Amino acid sequence: MEIVPAFARWIHFAAGITWIGLLYYFNLVQVPALKDAAADGTAAGITKHVAPRALLWFRWSAVVTWLAGAALLGPNFGAAFTLQPEFAGIGVGAWLGTIMLLNVWGLIWPNQKKVLGIKPATDEEKAKARRIALLASRTNMMLSLPLLFFMAGGLSHRAVFGL
Amino acid sequence: MKNPLDSIVGTIVSGLILTALLYLFLRNFIVAGV
Repeated sequence: MEIVPAFARWIHFAAGITWIGLLYYFNLVQVPALKDAAADGTAAGITKHVAPRALLWFRWSAVVTWLAGAALLGPNFGAAFTLQPEFAGIGVGAWLGTIMLLNVWGLIWPNQKKVLGIKPATDEEKAKARRIALLASRTNMMLSLPLLFFMAGGLSHRAVFGL
Repeated sequence: MKNPLDSIVGTIVSGLILTALLYLFLRNFIVAGV
């Protein structure tokens, strides 16, 4: 076992579980919880103490996941991203992960800063930011399904799916 | 038409459809020539 790919894979999995786990937490738990909490006036506890911490781990674990994934691809990085047949499966996964990383830093985090009051915004701007952040987060949840299919399949994909 | 990403079920169904489309794309246009 080569040491660099072994560590890169380990870090990629640990950071990826943190990232996608928090993504599922946001979509399956926090968004519906905030809706109920807003109704009984307890949303501040989540937006002040939970959401900023979750977003901190979320956005930085996304970066670590991508970097460890790039290290794991190593000399095959170009072959994966240009979808060379031997690396087509993992290449699609790598593209999806890259799009998701850009979504985190380009759409989710900048808009969540307005929603949570980290960056000043009017009520109208907050409402717009909330909608953009939700759709970007849901887009990432949607993309995570093919991402996991193409990344987590490994050798079984060759046997079962011919990839 | 309602945005499927507005619901969790719609999001998951969209993800499954996208997985199938990407699989068919890879199978027929990328890997097929090898």
